[in-house]
Amino acid sequence: MGKNVKIKRGLDIALEGQPENKVYDVTAPVTFAIKPRDFKGLIPKLIVKQGDEVKAGDCLFTDKSNSSICFTSPVSGEIAEIVRGDRRAIMEVKILADSEISYKTFDTSEFSSKSRDEIKNLMLEAGLWPFIVQRPFGVLADTDVSPKAIHVSGFDSAPLAPDLNISLQGEESNLKIGFEVLKMLTDGTVHLNLHTKRDKNVYNQVSGVEINTFEGPHPSGLVGVQINQVDPINKGDVVWTVKPQHVAFIGKFFSTGNLNLEQTIAVGGSEFNAPGYYKTRVGASVSTILNDNLKQDNVRVISGNVLTGGKIAQDGYIGFSDNQLSIIPEGDQYELLGWLVPSYPRPTLSPSLPISKFLKKTFKVNTNPHGEPRAYVVTGQYEKVMPMDIMPQQLVKAVMAKDLELMENLGIYEVIEEDMALCEFVCTSKISVQQVLSEGLELMAEES
Amino acid sequence: MKFLRDQVDKLKPTFSEGGKLSFLHSTFDAFETFLFVPNHTTQNGSHIRDGIDLKRTMFIVVIAMVPALLFGMWNVGHQQSLALTGSDGDLLGNFWVGLLQTLPIIIVSYAVGLGIEMGFAQFRGHAVNEGFLVTGMLIPLCMPPDVPLWMVALATAFAVVIGKEVFGGTGMNLLNPALTARMFLYIGYPSSMSGDTVWAALPEGANTVDAYSGATALGNLASASSAGEGWSNSLLQGGSIMPSFIGNIQGSIGETSVVAILIGAVILVSAGVGSWKIMASTFLGGLFMGWIFNVSGGNGAWMDIPSFYHLIIGGFAFGAVFMATDPVSAAQTETGKWVYGFLIGVITVLIRVFNPGYPEGIMMAILLMNVFAPLIDYYVVQSNIKTRLKRVQA
Repeated sequence: MGKNVKIKRGLDIALEGQPENKVYDVTAPVTFAIKPRDFKGLIPKLIVKQGDEVKAGDCLFTDKSNSSICFTSPVSGEIAEIVRGDRRAIMEVKILADSEISYKTFDTSEFSSKSRDEIKNLMLEAGLWPFIVQRPFGVLADTDVSPKAIHVSGFDSAPLAPDLNISLQGEESNLKIGFEVLKMLTDGTVHLNLHTKRDKNVYNQVSGVEINTFEGPHPSGLVGVQINQVDPINKGDVVWTVKPQHVAFIGKFFSTGNLNLEQTIAVGGSEFNAPGYYKTRVGASVSTILNDNLKQDNVRVISGNVLTGGKIAQDGYIGFSDNQLSIIPEGDQYELLGWLVPSYPRPTLSPSLPISKFLKKTFKVNTNPHGEPRAYVVTGQYEKVMPMDIMPQQLVKAVMAKDLELMENLGIYEVIEEDMALCEFVCTSKISVQQVLSEGLELMAEES
Repeated sequence: MKFLRDQVDKLKPTFSEGGKLSFLHSTFDAFETFLFVPNHTTQNGSHIRDGIDLKRTMFIVVIAMVPALLFGMWNVGHQQSLALTGSDGDLLGNFWVGLLQTLPIIIVSYAVGLGIEMGFAQFRGHAVNEGFLVTGMLIPLCMPPDVPLWMVALATAFAVVIGKEVFGGTGMNLLNPALTARMFLYIGYPSSMSGDTVWAALPEGANTVDAYSGATALGNLASASSAGEGWSNSLLQGGSIMPSFIGNIQGSIGETSVVAILIGAVILVSAGVGSWKIMASTFLGGLFMGWIFNVSGGNGAWMDIPSFYHLIIGGFAFGAVFMATDPVSAAQTETGKWVYGFLIGVITVLIRVFNPGYPEGIMMAILLMNVFAPLIDYYVVQSNIKTRLKRVQA
């Protein structure tokens, strides 16, 4: 029997533009892109060149340090461009999609009688492997370990997050198969972590996994928080995490033999006219969704949620692992005495902004940090939004001091950037917590 | 707003790099960001941020001190009137006298402190931190009303440079800067900081009325204790505890009124700025130690004074609410805050009872615990580390 955990410390930030229960079919986007930058620490090795024809499931590039890990095309078409950045680093591999998608065929028949290595090889070749995230450090999964456990968070508690009952509707049998495949990848336990009050129906067919239930505010839906509560990561442990929509991809792949990365994403935010759910594919250009639907031009388009997502252009591409777009106004305006008398309500944890804290139900947020970075002064703030047995401020300071031993002792193996995003949100001193932590994780990963 | 913004934008190039007054860049920046929250946007990590910032946090602390400050101003005039004429004086008259006496101290404190802070910020290429907004007000509030202005200037300079900037500025200091200032004067100029003559601001050469006594409760209790006398209410100013609670007695400018300080405490706690844990544990510690002395018996005024009187007389309440709660110099872990506050309360009472030459203990106790706060935190952090290590072994 799994655990039942009540999360008390945390914060739900209610934003304007909550996705409504409407599913739109997107007129097929023409271009797609896979961005090596979506994977931490990845140095890509290109397999294709501009002008090549690919099928959905054909390898675009591999991991330079482990060439068996393929990153494959989500659609069939022509390699339109390889976008390079500083020092010729590959930023995007763009694909011009065919109007009718043709798939590369993999032999997945009777997968349940295959060996673990055969399953792995299929996943590696089809480009499903990068959907597995390995902790510690939140990196690409090691191909030759059996993790202590695999965790799947069955719900998303982030601001404007999709209701997975809607976005995964119709995927019930794929989820069932996906979990069966996950079970074949580990000698340990596969955990499915659910919310006591929502998002359960789509998992009805799933069996043979440990089901833990959670309740309480964000970050209860973060898999890192769940792992910490259910079976924390110790030094030397390896734990994998997979998002439920990716479990469905895996299931669909093994039941059809094709890499079909169709997904339903949530699009929301105060500057978006038609908040709801959109059927599209991994790596799709967002311009077909945003066209004519933006309330104004000066907006921040975020692939992912407002706490952890990546900033993308209005004609950019949705991130590899994201199933959400958030569109909020930019905050590049001066505000007269804004620190003293805020001119509009804004979300806050501080009772010193009583109107914002207690009277307003949903907020139209922007990207202004509402103050400048300062040294640490206030204490006890991060703890209020950190439902893990971790001392957040001490950990961040250990990272700043580059004290590897202290970082390890304070539990850096248990967190990745997203787990401390709320700390960054509430920080009075406007410290870039996620960036600091990211540097610490990189340092630790290098050392270990 | 547009007009104001245009003016600032017009001035900005003069103070920016390459401008004529670029050596005042940090100062200009401090004023600009005071007037306008900058138009920066988040670039990495969380795209949205909480509405709170350090300016607002510090400003709330200043607001919380206002009741103590206003009461202190009135009381300075009130005490002068009592000393010179034996009468209570009228409300506005007292306030006016107090204002004239107090305002210069505040101005000197802010001018010297902010001047040095801005100099350091420019030198280091940093932004001016808001911490001194609070320190600059705390220093006058913990000074005797009769303190010479040059002493205020000297003490402020010492506190900012030695107490704070040498450690790296706001957020890095080990000791509470305002108490460092007070400590500096206490040790350097004891005759101006304690005794029977400093607690009322009197014109030079003025004669006091016969019934006037300049002694405070702490002084009375200390001398009664050394003389082996027992406790009685007559040792308190006004002959009962009420005046010490309300605050119409002699003392440092902001410390006398427990009522005004408690209003400040309510503001700090309800705004989520001051740590209620530290305040509560400091009071608990004082109460506990006073109670220990009560039950352990022994003779002497300090041993027998009802334990909760400890919390009301002297600077106990002021220290517990405004000084001990400085988040930078206090313990930073949640468990550590309880220990830190409790020990401040205990040590304050210990010093009061056992050190006859040194009537008030709160300043010493807080500074001492400032030094010990990192050690307390160390043990709290170690216990978290040990739990984690135990998990591996299990």
